Amino acid sequence: MNRIMSKLFVPLAIFLVIVAVLGYSFRLGDHHDLPSMMIDRPFPVFTATLLKEPDRTASPVDLQGEVTLVNVWATWCPSCLVEHPELVRIVREEGVRLVGVNYNDDRTRALAWLDRHSDPYAFHIVDDEGKLAIELGVYGAPETYVVDAAGTIRYRHVGAVNRKVWDDILGPMVQSLSGS
Amino acid sequence: MHIRHLFLAGLVSLSSMIAAAGTIDAYQFADKNIEGRYHALVAELRCPQCLNTNLAGSDAMIAQDLRREVAEQVNAGRSDAEILEFMYQRYGDFILYRPRLTAGTVVLWTAPGLLLLMGGIWVFRVARGHKREHASLSAEDQARLADLLER
Repeated sequence: MNRIMSKLFVPLAIFLVIVAVLGYSFRLGDHHDLPSMMIDRPFPVFTATLLKEPDRTASPVDLQGEVTLVNVWATWCPSCLVEHPELVRIVREEGVRLVGVNYNDDRTRALAWLDRHSDPYAFHIVDDEGKLAIELGVYGAPETYVVDAAGTIRYRHVGAVNRKVWDDILGPMVQSLSGS
Repeated sequence: MHIRHLFLAGLVSLSSMIAAAGTIDAYQFADKNIEGRYHALVAELRCPQCLNTNLAGSDAMIAQDLRREVAEQVNAGRSDAEILEFMYQRYGDFILYRPRLTAGTVVLWTAPGLLLLMGGIWVFRVARGHKREHASLSAEDQARLADLLER
């Protein structure tokens, strides 16, 4: 009896383990957020002009010194408008430095957009050919990177930043990076 | 009547040509070989924003930018391996349609073979066990069997 049991149930147990592993691997859910390759790597080298001061250039050194949120945005991106009030709040109430990467956009239109919706950014890096975006591994706007005081990328958020994203992820991260 | 049909057909084909031309990038390549490599690379790199489309087949902004990047790099004389590594360093495994050999993919590729092997061994052992059970009759039973067979 014991031997028959083991003969019957060992294969069944193996089968159930396979079903469980495959079921977990192929479960439905949000798989579309790509993991960033840039985590714990220095912010990529770039030289670009500033949106509001076209005669000045910026480089990664300008991001160092304090924990900074680098937000990739554009006027053609609807979610950027959705997240804008929260970014304004984060700068005003949390006192975090926010830097913009104006991605594949038109300067005139970008300036008008900032005039209309207010400009909480310390400065904007112009990326009108999407070159910096490729270096960062951007695949759609908006994307928000947490860069520590040494200029190392620590986190990437894809999609609009809202209050929940700040409370659950970005806020605690900025706080722990600022503390150390 | 015929002329009008011809005119309409011409108009239709012309407008479809214009529509098609809108999605084709006009990159210049030094020679056919480099152009061939460009087309092969954009066919085997996956558009990061799309679920399952290669760079060649996508109109997404990032796909257009990455096609331009590939064109610039093949023209600058970089090798296919260098370009694929460039893309991997920025976009990870997702962008490669042909996955790299890693611990995870080795498990993925060898698991079916291992399972088949384990199953085969199991079936073999069960079959051998059956044979031995039939063969191992007691002396008394053997005698009875021989007796029965002789009748």
